[in-house]
Amino acid sequence: MAVFLELLVNGVSVGAVYALIALGFVVIFKATEVVNFTHASLLLAGGYVIARMHPLIGFWAALAAGIVAAALVGALVEFLILRRAHVGSRGVLAIVTIGVDILLTTELTRRIGTEVLALGDPWGDRVLRLGPITVAETRVVALAVAGALIAAFLLAFTFTGWGVAMRATAEDAETAALMGVRLGRVSLSAWAVAGALAAVAALFLCVFPTPGLDRGTAAVAMKAFPAAILGGLDSTSGALAGGLIVGVTETLMNGYQSELVFLGRGIGDAAPFLVMIVILLLRPSGLFGTKEQARV
Amino acid sequence: MSGEADPPAGEPASGGPERPGLQISGLEVRYGPVRALRDVHLAVPDGSVAAVLGANGAGKTTLLRAVSGTLRFHNGAITSGTVSFRGSRLDGAHAAAVVRRGVVQAPEGRRVFARMTVAENLRAGALSVPRRRAAAARERVLDLFPVLAERARQRAGLLSGGEQQMLAIGRALMAGPSLLLLDEPTLGLAPLMAAKIAGAVRQINAQGTSVLLVEQNAAMALALAERAYVLEVGEVTLSGPSAELAAGDEVRRRYLGIGAPNTDRPVGTDPGFAGEGHERTGLARWTA
Repeated sequence: MAVFLELLVNGVSVGAVYALIALGFVVIFKATEVVNFTHASLLLAGGYVIARMHPLIGFWAALAAGIVAAALVGALVEFLILRRAHVGSRGVLAIVTIGVDILLTTELTRRIGTEVLALGDPWGDRVLRLGPITVAETRVVALAVAGALIAAFLLAFTFTGWGVAMRATAEDAETAALMGVRLGRVSLSAWAVAGALAAVAALFLCVFPTPGLDRGTAAVAMKAFPAAILGGLDSTSGALAGGLIVGVTETLMNGYQSELVFLGRGIGDAAPFLVMIVILLLRPSGLFGTKEQARV
Repeated sequence: MSGEADPPAGEPASGGPERPGLQISGLEVRYGPVRALRDVHLAVPDGSVAAVLGANGAGKTTLLRAVSGTLRFHNGAITSGTVSFRGSRLDGAHAAAVVRRGVVQAPEGRRVFARMTVAENLRAGALSVPRRRAAAARERVLDLFPVLAERARQRAGLLSGGEQQMLAIGRALMAGPSLLLLDEPTLGLAPLMAAKIAGAVRQINAQGTSVLLVEQNAAMALALAERAYVLEVGEVTLSGPSAELAAGDEVRRRYLGIGAPNTDRPVGTDPGFAGEGHERTGLARWTA
């Protein structure tokens, strides 16, 4: 039982981090209808800046720098590439983002090389003991921070002018423009927000018990993709649910791997995608994907 | 001026320098190789209501897109001519910039944000103006359409057609426009609701907002407008003071098909109407 609770807490914590990443996917998709495959390299860029800066300026300043850097890279990708790519189809734009992702990831992995970079976080490998269960402090912080960020984001999405502009654009870009919404700014801010969230996610993907930032981190980030899809690519609450489902599934599968050897090793890594496929078969637009509600 | 057709290019932009308003001259719009508007001259002096009549496909919506800067969403472009409002050019401006100059459109088919509440829709209309002006505009809109206050927390997609139209007009008014562009505001509405919308348009104009009204319902449009333009296959074929157009039979003959020997179909002499599928929906309203 204690093992199960430990796994569950860890799973929820990892899931919250995936939800941060998935939220970035969803924001960009809602604002621009582009599926953004550049997301993993935004995350890698944020993590890389934190890793390189923390010996120089301390952890918290480095974290801020990483968040700003990832937001900037996101904004630049939007401004320099996607805004200027006048292609008719969103599918083509998605492939453009794959190209950009390969460029960015190649450059970053070249810089990282074979190193495993520490991020200099203050939590180290300390653990919390709550009765019978033991949880890494980093997991608790990740859960708290991701939860707070997601809550703040959802509140902003619902109540601020930025959120209204974002949702109006997501629903009908042309009409939003007719209302005076500057679509370029909406799209730019979506990419920047997604980048910032990805940098925070990068931090929590690279701290204990993970050894640090290495060239494989981007692949870990891709697990948030099934989270976004199975929640419904245009649903913020779906990103949250999707992240948690993926996180818990993966952690439980890995935790009980010894009992699941008949499925083969590494089932934890494949589990998110299996869950995604099953959910999509049952609900093609994802758990919370839009079903049109209209009366004529 | 009689109800006779003006030579398309010879129509001088009326309005004079003291009421400049919206001036469109020599406008040509193309969607790729297709020419949708040709040499359109049109003026909406400040404080007035102008109507654009025409069948489906005549270019009415294209005209409003050209003013609002949304042609690019449809792969269209202004290929010659100018659109200006109070002396500043609108052609080439982005949609958001046009709104900031005081020209706001309530688009065809209402296009309310269905997944957002009524209150959020109104807020979306006011994103380009400061908070205080938005609050004043909201009061004006709710005064004009009290039903929107009752439905404030409802999803806009669940409103009736007439309520959605009120919301679309109210949302456009939230930016405090000097000129309101209305694209077919009574399309698909019951006569009573259409009359309500017409009353609202009159009230909006009385409050000082000029209106460019695009309509198939000629009777209603001519009753509201000081001046009207008839678009046929992308060209202004007839224009003049509404009263004269309403009194003459030119609009009826050309546009409504009244007086044609066979009233089952539109006037056969005009190729612009051939195969347009434009039924004489306006007939009953004309006499109503």
